[in-house]
Amino acid sequence: MSVLVDRNTRLLVQGITGREGSFHTQQCAVYGTKVVAGVTPGKGGTTHEGIVVFNTVAEAVAETGANTSMIFVPPPFAADAIMEAADAEVPLVVCITEGIPTLDMVRVKEFLQRGRTRLIGPNCPGVITPGECKVGIMPGAIHRTGEVGVISRSGTLTYEAVAQLTARGIGQSTCIGIGGDPIIGTSFVDALSLFREDSRTRGIVLIGEIGGSAEEAAAVYARENLRIPVVAYIAGRTAPPGRRMGHAGAIVSGGTGTAAEKGEALRLAGVHVVENPAGIGQAMAEALAGPSR
Amino acid sequence: MKIHEYQAKAILRRFGVAVPRGEVCFSPREASEAASRLGASPCVVKAQIHAGGRGKGGGVKLARSVTEVEALARQIIGMTLVTPQTGPAGRRVRRILVEEGLDIAREMYLGVIIDRVQGMPMIIASVEGGMDIEEVARRSPERILRAPIRPGLGFRPFQARKLAYGLGLEGATDLAARLMLALAEAFEKTDATLFEINPMVVTHSGGLFALDAKMDFDDNALFRHPEIRELRDQDEEEPLEVEASSFGLSYIKLHGDVGCMVNGAGLAMATMDMIQLAGGTPANFLDVGGGASTDQVSNALRILLSDPSVKAVLINIFGGIMRCDVVAQGVVDSAFRMGVKVPMVVRLEGTNVEEGRGILLGSGLNFTVADGMQDAARKVVALAKGSA
Repeated sequence: MSVLVDRNTRLLVQGITGREGSFHTQQCAVYGTKVVAGVTPGKGGTTHEGIVVFNTVAEAVAETGANTSMIFVPPPFAADAIMEAADAEVPLVVCITEGIPTLDMVRVKEFLQRGRTRLIGPNCPGVITPGECKVGIMPGAIHRTGEVGVISRSGTLTYEAVAQLTARGIGQSTCIGIGGDPIIGTSFVDALSLFREDSRTRGIVLIGEIGGSAEEAAAVYARENLRIPVVAYIAGRTAPPGRRMGHAGAIVSGGTGTAAEKGEALRLAGVHVVENPAGIGQAMAEALAGPSR
Repeated sequence: MKIHEYQAKAILRRFGVAVPRGEVCFSPREASEAASRLGASPCVVKAQIHAGGRGKGGGVKLARSVTEVEALARQIIGMTLVTPQTGPAGRRVRRILVEEGLDIAREMYLGVIIDRVQGMPMIIASVEGGMDIEEVARRSPERILRAPIRPGLGFRPFQARKLAYGLGLEGATDLAARLMLALAEAFEKTDATLFEINPMVVTHSGGLFALDAKMDFDDNALFRHPEIRELRDQDEEEPLEVEASSFGLSYIKLHGDVGCMVNGAGLAMATMDMIQLAGGTPANFLDVGGGASTDQVSNALRILLSDPSVKAVLINIFGGIMRCDVVAQGVVDSAFRMGVKVPMVVRLEGTNVEEGRGILLGSGLNFTVADGMQDAARKVVALAKGSA
């Protein structure tokens, strides 16, 4: 099994006719994802590289049975695009867009509370279940089918971790990029609870970074609910306080949100915390070989 | 994006929050004219820099006369102000705020933050004004009052009254509630990420004023606030960071000697961490982005090499969408053009990695090609120390 996306995923892409949207839609299709529709207001009725384009998400869902949306809409309009997908009751929305205003995301979170749509991201690489379905911008080839779940706030650092796992022959059940923004749809805890329900996942790699307290919440959840090994790395030990390190959410403010605090909280919860990002694959190999918790 | 105190106060005034009368001045003469117009005694002369703790560094002074204002202005404008937030190098003062002094009866704290756990803005209030609020939160969390600004509903009058009573403002609840409602409105309408009024003061005559004001705005929302974007003061920013931002690069100057260029913010932080674990110190954070072009790569390299303390460079690229051969070509081209003197360690992984390595090794330039992050960090630190 896997979580979030699999062979039954029927993908629609909001913003399919843009440069990024167009390129990555093709990459997802090449990987084997069933791409069933695109949405670009004003271009309904046309086809884009063989995929039918609709004016609205509701129409696309009604016509094609799409059950997942991937969003490439530019930042000023992305919050609206997420709400449109939720209004059309799309169960899973993956928003790749980086740079959405924080207060727009505050409104999106509020809007999502009224429905059953799960949002992944924004500002994330997406979700992949190796060998089955890719909904995002990650390079498919570095992944391998397997039993370790990956959850991360980062993009390329996730690829780094995945490549380390794959190099050691450790495959992945599903990799979830939850996004680098201060307000995101799915938290570490939400993602951990998805993997907890998944019978295939035997271990989890968690990649956090400075800012906020999501890793501390994950530590509490892991201690109370997880029996499988968790390996964690927190990026930003050397980041100066008060500076935003690339990601909108990566900032140490008022002395809280440091990598040291997060690492300590996870360690106390029994998580294997690695200081060295080059050691993620090895730590997971050892954790899987060791006694279960 | 941060702005100056006087700019923040102008925004507060626009939304109906009372602030002391004052003017921004760029010279002692302007300061003396402003003081005459204010006709107040005492006057306060406040250095305007984007860092807190100005009082402790000697950047905030009281003056009893116009002559004294002018003398203080002469002293403060042009001085290098060192505060706990500026670092040891300090910040040069280029402008000051001259404002009326108030007869303060009580000081309080009022702020607005984005609460990441609740997913909405939160008003923070405390009877402990003029203090470091994080310190208050650690020492006596019960003295911190909080109330959310709910999306769609906004901040409600009952919440404002509750906070006003909580602050012991029984005689002035209406005034305080109006001020807090105005503050919440200003926060939402300007796409702020932080407001701090520390202190908010009650005067002996019963007035309620924002005595200090600090604001930070959401960079991602500036596209819809041209009036706030105009308030940016590039003198307050590191010149290399300003230049990098004009190319859409995310660059932060640090104090070490190992320069690094990485694609992706998380991997860039991880690379800095690895440099430190290997015994070195990173000179910068630099994220060239996920889909950087050859041009982007060469701009990035030029900016990072304009920092004279850089003794060696680590380029760490995980090519996904970004192809390693494209990155390698960008690095080689700009290294040739700039006549790079410092040793460079390159670690490439992902799409077209073999072609990329081939371009580097065939260039005749002084590249060290590393195998993995660990190897790259060790090699670059050794080169920076001159021991390799």
